[in-house]
Amino acid sequence: MNGITGTDLIKACSAIGAGLAVIAGIGPGIGQGIAAGHAAAAVGRNPGAKSDITSTMLLGQAVAETTGLYGLLIAMLLLFVQPLAK
Amino acid sequence: MNNGILLSGEVDFMVKGVFSYHIFGQEVWITTTHVCMSIVILSIIVFCVLAKRSMLRAEAVPGGFQNIAELVVELLDGVVEGSMGKNAIKFANYIGTIFIFILLSNISGLFGLRPPTADYGVTLPLGVITFCLIFFNKIKYQKVSGFLKGLCEPWPIWAPINVIGDVAVPISLSLRLFANVLSGTVMMALVYSLLSKIAIAWPAALHVYFDLFSGAIQTYVFCMLTMTYITDAIGDK
Repeated sequence: MNGITGTDLIKACSAIGAGLAVIAGIGPGIGQGIAAGHAAAAVGRNPGAKSDITSTMLLGQAVAETTGLYGLLIAMLLLFVQPLAK
Repeated sequence: MNNGILLSGEVDFMVKGVFSYHIFGQEVWITTTHVCMSIVILSIIVFCVLAKRSMLRAEAVPGGFQNIAELVVELLDGVVEGSMGKNAIKFANYIGTIFIFILLSNISGLFGLRPPTADYGVTLPLGVITFCLIFFNKIKYQKVSGFLKGLCEPWPIWAPINVIGDVAVPISLSLRLFANVLSGTVMMALVYSLLSKIAIAWPAALHVYFDLFSGAIQTYVFCMLTMTYITDAIGDK
């Protein structure tokens, strides 16, 4: 452990934290899958409304994606801006 | 650019300063965002001037450029009409403007620019404009009493939570757009820098997804949510 400064340690922990932060992607993945599954069922029931269903599904999925993107942003900040290592 | 941990000097997606100048004792940087945004705005202005010129010589049977201009305007008006109903006529201009601006900004990554919307300094003002519009319309149509009543739903003790919910609107709107475009930019930068030996032709497919598809979806979502919030603020009157 010689030669490892406190800054190095903080950077290493930031990398681990960034990896942990993108676990936030699990939630939106499940949510988007559920939305897509229900949209597929809806198209099966009413094929005439396919375009409406698709646009509604995409809108909902894009909103559900937000929480995952927050995790991504935290990971980006930890890796590239490094607020803790200053 | 400070040293990233893993990828220092290899991956290049940061906002970079082009030159700086001093004004009122402040150091102000002109960055890549300013340059790319100027290019986007210039292309929009050129389109507008051409559209204006073709509309001055408008014909009953549109042809050529007049056709394109009418198509764009009708498409945007239709989108606004579809989600705002009778209030559409007042907001069609604003929604159309931000739609075209965000769309062109998002897909400017295709043309080798750094998308201006991958800078939080661009998306936060867009979110704040939406927030001001929501607030203004709430006061205008529901009056101060209705606004205060809305804050105290369902019980007065919930007011702080409602305030937080209102303030979170511009933040979540702008962060959603920013993070989506930034993630696309970062992934394209990773592909081009780390896989530079084998990145021949196939990144085009990634461009179609990250720039065109994701950019268009996020543009649509931003405008859709703006319209939904404004319609909600206007109420049933």
